[in-house]
Amino acid sequence: MKINFKLNNELVELDTTPNRRLLDVLRDDFGLTGVKEGCGEGECGACAVLLNHQIVNSCCTPLANCIDKEIITIEGFSKTKRYQVIKDAYAKLGGVQCGFCTPGMIIATESLLNKNPKPTINEIKIALSGNLCRCTGYNLIVEAIVEAARVGEGLW
Amino acid sequence: MKDISTPINKVDNEEKISGKAIYVADVKIPGMLYAFTKRSTIAKGKIVKRRYPNLPEGYFIVDYKDIPGKNIVKVIFDDMPVFAESLITYLYEPIALVVGPQKEIVLKIIDEIEIEYLEEVPNFDWNDSVVHYHFDKGLGALAFKENQIIEYNYETPYQEQAYIEPQGFIGYLNGDKITLKGSIQCPYYVKNAVLQTLGFAEDKVRVIQTTVGGAFGGKEEFPSLMACQLAVAILKAKKPIQLVYEREEDMLVTTKRHPSKIRFQASIKDGRIFGLKVHVGIDGGANIGLSGVVLSRAMLACSGAYTFEHLDVSGDVYRTNTVPNGAFRGFGAPQMLFAVEMFIEHVAKDLGKDPLEYRISILAKQGDLTATNGLYRDPILMPSMIEKAIKISDYRNKLEMYSNSNLYKGIGMSLFFHGCGFTGSGEAKHIKAKVKLVKKSSKVEILIAAVDMGQGVKTTFRKLVASILDIDIEDVIFNNPDTDFVPDSGPTVASRTMMIVGGLVSRAALDMKQQWDNDFLVIEKQYEQPEYIKYDEETFTGDAYPAYSWGVNIVEVEVDRYTYQVKIVKTWSVYDCGKAIDERVVLGQADGGLAQGIAYGYLEVMEHKLGKILQKNMTDYIIPTAMDMCPMETVLFDNPYAYGPYGAKGVGELTLVGGAPAVAKAIENAIHRRVFKIPVTPEYIMKLVKQNED
Repeated sequence: MKINFKLNNELVELDTTPNRRLLDVLRDDFGLTGVKEGCGEGECGACAVLLNHQIVNSCCTPLANCIDKEIITIEGFSKTKRYQVIKDAYAKLGGVQCGFCTPGMIIATESLLNKNPKPTINEIKIALSGNLCRCTGYNLIVEAIVEAARVGEGLW
Repeated sequence: MKDISTPINKVDNEEKISGKAIYVADVKIPGMLYAFTKRSTIAKGKIVKRRYPNLPEGYFIVDYKDIPGKNIVKVIFDDMPVFAESLITYLYEPIALVVGPQKEIVLKIIDEIEIEYLEEVPNFDWNDSVVHYHFDKGLGALAFKENQIIEYNYETPYQEQAYIEPQGFIGYLNGDKITLKGSIQCPYYVKNAVLQTLGFAEDKVRVIQTTVGGAFGGKEEFPSLMACQLAVAILKAKKPIQLVYEREEDMLVTTKRHPSKIRFQASIKDGRIFGLKVHVGIDGGANIGLSGVVLSRAMLACSGAYTFEHLDVSGDVYRTNTVPNGAFRGFGAPQMLFAVEMFIEHVAKDLGKDPLEYRISILAKQGDLTATNGLYRDPILMPSMIEKAIKISDYRNKLEMYSNSNLYKGIGMSLFFHGCGFTGSGEAKHIKAKVKLVKKSSKVEILIAAVDMGQGVKTTFRKLVASILDIDIEDVIFNNPDTDFVPDSGPTVASRTMMIVGGLVSRAALDMKQQWDNDFLVIEKQYEQPEYIKYDEETFTGDAYPAYSWGVNIVEVEVDRYTYQVKIVKTWSVYDCGKAIDERVVLGQADGGLAQGIAYGYLEVMEHKLGKILQKNMTDYIIPTAMDMCPMETVLFDNPYAYGPYGAKGVGELTLVGGAPAVAKAIENAIHRRVFKIPVTPEYIMKLVKQNED
């Protein structure tokens, strides 16, 4: 069937089955490989994207849930000013090691700051708790978000 | 000039944060096929019949009959078949690959394959020793005559690397040459294994590393198995093929940290430990592979951060019908350091001594003999490191308060070391690392086989060379290793990359500096063992490592008095890794390593039942989330090592190995009970608490 949605600020139409995973559609049909598959069951958050500006795991999101909605992946988000601020903060604080969880972490960061521009440490940890990182022990990511919120004051 | 430790922006931040970095699953080749694995459904027995379905066009079943060379994966000890032929030795052992253009059809074919087995009784007991080592120091077993003996037993579990990117390869044929791209730590391990399996000439196999999404040892030897299987499939199908595991398959079949059982005995004379007798048994799983080397590293760590005059040390690798175990950050040391740290604490308490004062009194000092009668040549800064750790954590006051209260709060301290580089004569005899630096006008390229798997090698090596040559880091090139271009500088393992490979690269850069006026230069260096380092592998005598890194971890916990849930409150660490080539990179290693080490000690549960791993995904196998972690304070002590670049020693593993004993001791302190195994789960705490009430 024909499925329409907005992807990274562009209207797209796809003729496909609605029960496919959003993750596969993004990676295979649109080549958006910044969206990663880490576990395929909604635990690790490497596949996180924004659906109507809410963070979702695209591996657990059927395409049917996206009809006429807006999807933003790391590729789309990386064109924004907010992204620049978050990116600089992650780089400055050392929040990136192997990088496989990073796009999902960035999406989680945006999702948090969009709702709560001045989060406490505990609020940051809760916001990140759906994104697994095996390299950093999380502290440097948490500090990066504190920094992004500080530097980007007014952006969210 | 700036201090080399001053942090710089990591060179791969931009591509990783933006999602542009290409990991193996992101590589697409037009016309590529997908491969999935047909696996055994029994843990032990023989294949008596295979019934393969009729295949649609473009689909292939690839098994042992298709292997042109040897049906054995070249590792360290070669006993793992590429595909099972007749014998099945563990559950989910690979039997065949099925490849084709559509995943769903490939999976259907796998279901349709019928394998008939003659099932045998699998062995899960630790009684089939396939590697046995023993060494003595001083009086050895004689130190136990007539003295009082204190004995305790310790146990450690499986640990899964749980890199967030599952294992994978993609490969293709170009004429008569095969190219494999993968998420790997050791390009030349993969290349040499594929050469042996295909029986190809040296220049007909090319291995290229794609961005690695975490490895922690899990991508040391296991990828060689996948690469051999895939290479055989590519040869048969003559098409590009992708073999990428899904999480469940990855967790069920890939190598894990060896479970261990460790018995410690102390011979007591004049109220002090006179000698130690240690036996460590590890479960190798169905194949030996790297297990012998893991066992060695465990045994070599048996005296921990201390010096004992008399040792009697033995160990066994037991073969069982379970998934083969292998490399994981620490490589045998985490098991032993947990046991020895707990044991010395327990013995000190039995002797009525203050455990910390006693431990400080027996610390290894410069000039002491190691467990294998090697020499601790370099300065050891442990006393001042301990003092620093105590000061920043307020350890003494907290210990006193928690020991004498029922607050269910605790604090624990581990003291530890880690041998840097390959164990024993590995570097000189087996690895023989080679590196190359090439200068073309103003650009310098680093050609080594070391892999950036998140630990920052691309950044630190470019920084190292730029700093020595006094050029811009933008003028230093470091591409992902490609065996067609880089020499074999050895595997990316054993905390050897900066100290050994970086040491060679820095010496090459110094040579290049002398001839800088030339427009084109090629400088090569090969590892030479410092002359004073002598080691006999057979007898375990001499310097098992060229240098040692040292560390102190302090962990504070709160235990819920009703649910026995453990909360990590804060950690304080002090490390001597020689010299940090980039402080921020090392602090990142420090946080991540300790998180893994602590989680090994209290959180991560992995078990098998009749050979089946019970935790098969990230839902069942709990690794820390942001909510489980706490602030971590880390202090680095400079203690430059003569042969390391700018004095750098190993760091990656050091940050993990002290985590488990520190958290276990903190929990002991909180519940006023002794801990003998990890992970210290709420269930285990409940057992300990109830036991003492009875």
